[in-house]
Amino acid sequence: MRNAFADELTKLGNEDSRVVMLSGDIGNRLFDKFKDKHPSRFFNCGVAEANMMGVAAGMAMNGLRPVAYTITPFVTTRCLEQIRTDVCYHEAPVTIVAVGAGLAYSGLGPTHHACEDISFLRSIPNMVVICPGDAFEVRGALRAAMQQDRPVYIRMGKKGEPVVHKGPIADFKIGKAITIEEGSDVCLLSTGNMLPEAIEAAHKLKEKGISAEVVSFHTVKPLDEDKLKQAFARFKLVATIEEHSLIGGFGAAVSEWLADTETQHKKFLRFGTPDAFFKKSGEQEYAREVLGLTGHQIADKIIHALN
Amino acid sequence: MNVAVRSTANAPDAAALKAQAARLRGKIIEMSHKAQAAHLASSLSCADVLTAAYWHVLNIDPGKPADPLRDRFILSKGHAAAALFATLAMKGYFPIEELDTYCQDGGRLAEHPPANLLPGVEAATGSLGHGLPLGCGMALAGRIKGESFRVFALLSDGENNEGSVWEAAMFAAAQKLENVCVVVDYNKWQATARSNETLMLAPLRDKWAAFGWDAHEIDGHDVGALAEAMQNIPNGSGKPVALIAHTVKGKGVSFMEDDNNWHYRAPTAEEVVKANKELGLA
Ligand SMILES: Cc1ncc(C[n+]2csc(CCOP(=O)(O)OP(=O)(O)O)c2C)c(N)n1
Repeated sequence: MRNAFADELTKLGNEDSRVVMLSGDIGNRLFDKFKDKHPSRFFNCGVAEANMMGVAAGMAMNGLRPVAYTITPFVTTRCLEQIRTDVCYHEAPVTIVAVGAGLAYSGLGPTHHACEDISFLRSIPNMVVICPGDAFEVRGALRAAMQQDRPVYIRMGKKGEPVVHKGPIADFKIGKAITIEEGSDVCLLSTGNMLPEAIEAAHKLKEKGISAEVVSFHTVKPLDEDKLKQAFARFKLVATIEEHSLIGGFGAAVSEWLADTETQHKKFLRFGTPDAFFKKSGEQEYAREVLGLTGHQIADKIIHALN
Repeated sequence: MNVAVRSTANAPDAAALKAQAARLRGKIIEMSHKAQAAHLASSLSCADVLTAAYWHVLNIDPGKPADPLRDRFILSKGHAAAALFATLAMKGYFPIEELDTYCQDGGRLAEHPPANLLPGVEAATGSLGHGLPLGCGMALAGRIKGESFRVFALLSDGENNEGSVWEAAMFAAAQKLENVCVVVDYNKWQATARSNETLMLAPLRDKWAAFGWDAHEIDGHDVGALAEAMQNIPNGSGKPVALIAHTVKGKGVSFMEDDNNWHYRAPTAEEVVKANKELGLA
């Protein structure tokens, strides 16, 4: 996702002279092309994320389209006050791009995990929250964000994730979920970098004769309410899947929607991370296995819930 | 006042410390190779500071990691965790064999120092800019409880970008936290660029002095000098002390020195052999 972001950003920078890139001293070489073409519109803001976010807001309030980028906790929780007050309160069109969402950087330990950011950011007025499911969704989200006149948060995984879409998504729309695989028994609503696990779960379910629809629910705020209505009306089980805390994340947003709209539904499961820091050493695959977030574990729990 | 018996202020044995620093570097390189983990150059950069602290300065007993009177050492630049883990294991806080579990599934040694998990680790770090505020709190706790332990915080130069560092600096000066010592690993590199081309740190000693600290420049690879300066805390100035330690990122291995590719790169088996030779360990 990371390389797709840098590449799409360079293209956007060529097309639109308002695009400015701010990085928090990470992404060695990642932005070389952007820097080459637009040296006056690239800033390494150092290890000073609060300042970076304030600077981005100031630029956006004066006609520019800044993109502020670093590792997820540092571009969200580290500068939350600046996001809330400088960016969102002013409705400044800053695009915040985070790398290493959820447990993507599991091996770096809890200081680098990010399982609370959706919760914090979606509670701030004026903020849009997008969690792309693959590299093409990253490209679509970034392009769509630039066409908005408001703050947008894009939560990416890392690099080298499986690519799910076959090519560029022509009609990527903020707030419009994308059906990846059609199904008839259960519906898996996945957000962000869990999409490959959701697809894997669907395949495991198919082996057991259960037909699963897989949806990349890339926008957590605003929710695609039409999609939710259809899903809860049609399927005997709906599950939300995310690499984020069950508190305040995508599943929580859907629960709130269910309660607020008094939507009748059958079974509803939420997959996400627990209310605990993941302290063990180990990479993302290991962390997912321990937390029951791999495709086969998701499938098993769904089968259990259906019985 | 509860004063711990401090190791007698012997003059540091510079030659012995130097040999120890070489062994520490060897261990760090071995860990980085086995785990193929990043931040090797960052760890080598501060190996002499850690050696001076743990093999001469700190009033600590690895058998009693929770002793309330122990000196506190906070690796605020948490990405140099390999250096801290190797140091703690060599000091006997946990078995040296546990270093083989660095970055392995299910272990205690992730890539940054953990909270409440590993004996000897005073605070979870890895998000830069947290160590000094924590250290100020620890020092004040000591003052309030009548315990005269000292607090050392090792910061990277890039970490000096963070506003929280300077908030703590002004706080410590106002509170006259003379038991607090900051060592800045001033290797002039950050993750992706030269430090002074990223944010203007220079003149760094003057900045700390202007913030109310007793600030000194020091050769960050002169273990003996480091040991002496740190042992001397509190130094009678009535102020917190900042040691601006001039260092070389990747210090100790010629082909890593001042080459910031080693911020992310890990060595091959061949490179490990070469490095050990240079360190006089082969
Ligand atoms: C708050 C925060 N922002 C960003 C990072 C990512 N990061 C890790 S190390 C580093 C900079 C490394 O340079 P420096 O701090 O000077 O340490 P050195 O490795 O050169 O000793 C950065 C930006 C972080 N760990 N914490």
